[in-house]
This record gives sequence, C-alpha cells and structure tokens, in this order.
Amino acid sequence: MTQNRAKIRTEGVNVHYGATHAIKDVTLDIPDKTVTAFIGPSGCGKSTFLRCINRMNDTIDVCRVTGIITIDGEDIYDRRIDPVQLRRKVGMVFQKPNPFPKSIYDNVAYGPKIHGLARNRAELDEIVEKALRRGAIWDEVKDRLSEPGTGLSGGQQQRLCIARAIATEPEILLMDEPCSALDPIATSQVEELIYELKNNYSVVIVTHSMQQAARVSQKTAFFHLGTMVEYGETDEIFTNPRDERTENYITGRIG
Amino acid sequence: MTEITTSLLTLDARTQKRNAAERRFRAYGLAAVLTGLLLLVILLVSVLSNGLGAFRQTFVTVDITLDRAQIEEAEAALVKTKIYRGFIEDNIAASLEAAGVTEANDASAAADLLSKDAAASLRDWARTRLESDGEKWSKSFDFLAAGRIDGYLKGRVTMESAALDSKVTPEQLQLADTLRDAGVLVVKFNTGFFTLPDASENQVEAAGLGVAILGSAYLMLIVLFLALPIGVAASIYLEEFAPKNRLTDLIEVNISNLAAVPSIVFGILGLAIFINFIGLPQSAPIVGGLVLTLMTLPTIIISTRAALKAVPPSIRDGALGVGASPMQTVFHHVLPLAAPGILTGTIIGLAQALGETAPLLLIGMVAFVREYPAGPPEGFFDPASALPVQVYNWTQRADPAFFERASGAIIVLLIFLAIMNITAVFLRRKFERRW
Ligand SMILES: Nc1ncnc2c1ncn2[C@@H]1O[C@H](COP(=O)(O)OP(=O)(O)OP(=O)(O)O)[C@@H](O)[C@H]1O
Ligand SMILES: [Mg+2]
Repeated sequence: MTQNRAKIRTEGVNVHYGATHAIKDVTLDIPDKTVTAFIGPSGCGKSTFLRCINRMNDTIDVCRVTGIITIDGEDIYDRRIDPVQLRRKVGMVFQKPNPFPKSIYDNVAYGPKIHGLARNRAELDEIVEKALRRGAIWDEVKDRLSEPGTGLSGGQQQRLCIARAIATEPEILLMDEPCSALDPIATSQVEELIYELKNNYSVVIVTHSMQQAARVSQKTAFFHLGTMVEYGETDEIFTNPRDERTENYITGRIG
Repeated sequence: MTEITTSLLTLDARTQKRNAAERRFRAYGLAAVLTGLLLLVILLVSVLSNGLGAFRQTFVTVDITLDRAQIEEAEAALVKTKIYRGFIEDNIAASLEAAGVTEANDASAAADLLSKDAAASLRDWARTRLESDGEKWSKSFDFLAAGRIDGYLKGRVTMESAALDSKVTPEQLQLADTLRDAGVLVVKFNTGFFTLPDASENQVEAAGLGVAILGSAYLMLIVLFLALPIGVAASIYLEEFAPKNRLTDLIEVNISNLAAVPSIVFGILGLAIFINFIGLPQSAPIVGGLVLTLMTLPTIIISTRAALKAVPPSIRDGALGVGASPMQTVFHHVLPLAAPGILTGTIIGLAQALGETAPLLLIGMVAFVREYPAGPPEGFFDPASALPVQVYNWTQRADPAFFERASGAIIVLLIFLAIMNITAVFLRRKFERRW
C-alpha cells in the first residue's frame, strides 16, 4: 500500500501521573488517511497515550507530558496552541460511554452548535441525521430524538458518542475501545464506519480485539508496560512479529 | 465419616446472632427518630398554644358619623384627640342603644376599653374626609380594644388579677362582658399583627410585625443577590479552574473554618467595618444584609462545591472532547447538573440567615422602629427590625401580652422557614436529573 505522509508525529513522549511513569519514551509517526490500532495488555498506557494527542491529559492535575507531539508539523504542546481549537480538530470517543444528560438530538447537535457549523435548524437537523447514520444508530433512535441520551443501552450510548464525535467533522478521530460494549452487528457497522472515515481522516483506535485490529487497521502499535514495543504494518505485526513480547501477546500468552 | 447436611429451614447460631444484632440496630434507629419527632411535637405544641392567640385580637365595633362642622371644630381645638375621643363616646352610646344595652350604658367607661390610639386613628380618617367633597360621613370602625381587655377575652386576665392591676379594674371587665354579649366587643383575625409596626410597652394591642417582616424581606433580598452570585462564582472558580496548590488548599480550609465561626463574631465585624469604618447607618438592612451575606457565603460555597464535585468527570471530558471551552463546559453541562444542589444549599443558607439574631443585635437592628422603611433600594438604608430580633425584643418586655406576640412571631418565622424548605425540596425534585 502507498505510504501517506505523517499526520501525527511523536518524539520521545513521556507521561507521568505524579510518581507513576505511564508512558516511556514513545516515538512514532501516524500517517494521514490511515487507521492505526493501539494494542497491548490492560494498564499499559494505551488510553494515556491517546489522550496526549488531543491534550485531554491537561485536565488531570497530576499528569505531566514531556516530549514532542506534532500534528501537521505543528507542536500541539506549544504555548501558543489553544487546546480547545486542537480538540475541535481531534475528536475523541472515550473508553466509557459518556453521553450528556440531554436529549439524543442535543448530544449530537452540541458540537456543531458551539462551532457554528450550521446556519439554521434545517442544516443542523441534517448534520445530526448524517452523524447518527454514520454512527450506525439512526434507525434505533430516529423516532426518539428528544429522549435523553442517558436512557439508551450501553452499546447504543457508545454509538451515540461516536456520532457526537464525528458530527464536528474532526480531522483526526481517537477511539478508545469503541466496540467494547457492542454486539457483533453494531461492531461490524462501526468497523465499516472506521473504514469509510479512513478516506478522509486519520483514525487511531485502541482495541483489545486482535481480530478487530487486523480487520480495520493498516498500522498497529503494540504497547507493553508503558513502552511501545513494536510498530509497523498491521499484516507484519500479526504474521511476523519481531519482538517476543508482541508474539506472546498476540498468541495469548501475556495480557 | 459422618455426612453433615444442614437444612435452610433451621437458622444456625451465627445467623441468629446476626439477625438479633440487626433487629437491635433497627430499634435504636427507630427510637432515635421517635425521640426527634416527640421533641418536635412538644416544641410545636408549646409554641402554638402560646402564640396562636396573637393572630386574633379584640376589637370594638363602633359606627361613627361625623359632619364637616364637627371635624373643623375638632381641628381648631388645642388638644384635638380629646375632642375625637368625645366623638367616639357619643357614637358608642348610640351603638349601645342600638344593640339594646340599657343598663350600665356608660359610654365614657366603654371608651376607656379602647386602645389609646383609637382617637388618633379616627382623626386620621376624619382629616382626609375634609379634603373630599360632601358634608357628612359615616364609617364602621373596628377600634383595637386595650391590651388588658383583649387579655380578658382570651382568658389571660381574670377578675382576681384585675383587682391587683393598676391598668384595669374588675368593673371594666364586667362592662367588657356586657359589650361582648351586645356584639360590640368581638375577637377576630388580626391583620394588624402582620402590617402594624412595633408599639410601645403600654400599647401591646397595636404591636405588629410589619416592620420586622419588611426588614427580614430586605435582608433576604440583599443576601440572595450578594451571596448567591459571589458564592457560586467563587465555587466554580475554585472547583473548575483554580490550580490545586497550597494557596487554594489554604483558601479551602479557611472557607470551612468560616462556616464554623459563631455568628456573633460576624456581628462584631459588621459593627467595626460597615458601621464604624465605612460609615453605613446603624439598624439598616444593608448592614444586616452584608453581615448575613458574609455568614451565608461559606454555606453556599460548600454546598455548591459539593454539587459541582458530584457531577461525573466523564461529562466534562465529553464536552471538552467535542471542543467546548472550559467555560462552555461549565455553563452548558456542569452547572445545569449541579443546579439542584446549589439551589438547596442557597435556600438552606437563606433560612439560616432568616433565623439569625445575634449579629443583628450588634449592628443595632434591635432598636424600636415605628417607621416603615422606604421601598428598595433606598429602604435598605432606613432603620428596620427583623423577625428574630422582634421575637427577642418582645420577650424582653414586662407585659405578658408581649410574650403571646413573641410566640406568634415565632410561628410566623417558622412558617417562612417551612415555606423555604419546602421550596428547596420542590426545586430539588423538579430539577433533579439522572446521568
Ligand atoms: N488519572 C490517572 N491518575 C493516575 N494514574 C493513572 C491515571 N490514569 C491512568 N493511570 C495509570 O497509568 C497507567 C496506564 O493507564 P491507561 O488507562 O493508559 O491504560 P490502558 O492501556 O488504557 O488500559 P486499559 O486497556 O485497561 O484501558 C496505569 O498504570 C494507570 O494506573
Ligand atoms: Mg484504556
């Protein structure tokens, strides 16, 4: 496959939570218009690293990020960068579904509203419908858009959050285990979405499912105890891992 | 080897013991609740039995007819109220005759049963008549009966006590009996208790809560409009924006300490700063309001911060994640969820402030105030009283009739508090959302 230019570059990134050293010296380039999967055992720092990319770690007082992360060549930890503007460009789906305690419609419409993406109600309706369709949840909620988003099932909530994240048309989408609460049908719908998003965006997905990583991603990074052990083409990682730890994890011996 | 089988139908020793402990614990809890309820009932019964009388008052109904010439003559006289008293006597005589009272028809003695300000209130009415057209006017007046007569009709004053009392004689009480039978003397609901200002020691029947209720309302307004915005803004800043460091820790500890400072200390502070240093007027609601604001702020800040803390962080993450600014996150998502808690805390703080007495005593709100304060905002600088201070004030007076009024004022205060607390519960229910 053709190698796209790097969208996100990280160089010597270290993350500390107080005294805990959660990410150790991670350097990797994430190409544009590609799906990159982060895999690794629980607690190895996948979520932490993902949250560095849209500076969500800023909200955690004890968290300290060092090293360089650039998006399109711009250092996102530069003092002149406004994290609010950054997060408009880098959307995120969180590990735990967190819909707002507002109506389903308002959940999706909130982002476009605050960024002024719709000039009138009709445009907003259109954006909301499109986002819900792409989030593979439109059919289930189209008749109850005014009901609270918190009243949906766990899997529906997660898809609502996906719809919410893509409604603002970010350039990069970070997805932290988006399918962990989904049934196989919804999972395959979300995977289709990811595949489609790849044409325009960079998608970074954290997953515990090897099959999913193999199905949707072109690049895979394997994390272990805070270090990035191996990063490369997904096919390579799964068929011919270079590191013993990667092989052990993929074959189910550590995790 | 013997096989041990246990049936679920028989309780083993451990389970029995555990169940017994559980039953005992429930009994303790129930006993505690019942004790609390019992004390509450005793309190309510005692306050109600002492104070309900204050809502009813004895009135003397007299039909008064005056013409222009009579009024002009009275206004020309030197001691005007004496002439008006004469008018009242004349008209009582007529009323008594109409009511069929023939024996003991002594209008002068009957007029003695009236409150001292009866003549003055008749004069007020008569003078306004002069400005209107017409020559002759009549009106049915409900004059307040004197405090002792009121006490007699309510059972507080007896023939025996009257014999020893310099302010009333047994003969007057007998006359009161006659007048009551004739329907001239009636006990009915006393709106004056809510509207009249305080009155002097020997005019207990005219004492009302008007100025105190107005003063308390002004205090609440000031506290609400100062403490709520300041408290909520401070909490939002501390909870959502301030860095967590030594300084904010220090502020946090001090706010908690402030909540525990005795209220009289705030009174001294108010006296020293607002009155002596800044030079605001004494006895004014503005000073009381400022002092109570200082007192209420910690309550509001603590409850608001607790309400903000209770909003799950994932909601903030969600909002920040779609690119909302920290302020948008707070105002669009966090604050609406924290609103019920903030409202409850505010109302509880206000209720505390409403019942607060000590600091108001220190800043002079205990003064005897006959004049109504002007409307807000100028009225904030006029002398006023407040409900709890009025209660304190009345309990200090010698006449037992004031004790009845003090209990009545307590009932009014309790009703206001109950209304506020019910509002808090109602708002809580209304705005409570699940997430
Ligand atoms: N807010 C926090 N404060 C302190 N330590 C944290 C915090 N969040 C994560 N950590 C620590 O950082 C390390 C990495 O956590 P992280 O959530 O990134 O793991 P993960 O790879 O996403 O795991 P999982 O697959 O279970 O989600 C863990 O050791 C965790 O204890
Ligand atoms: Mg994680």
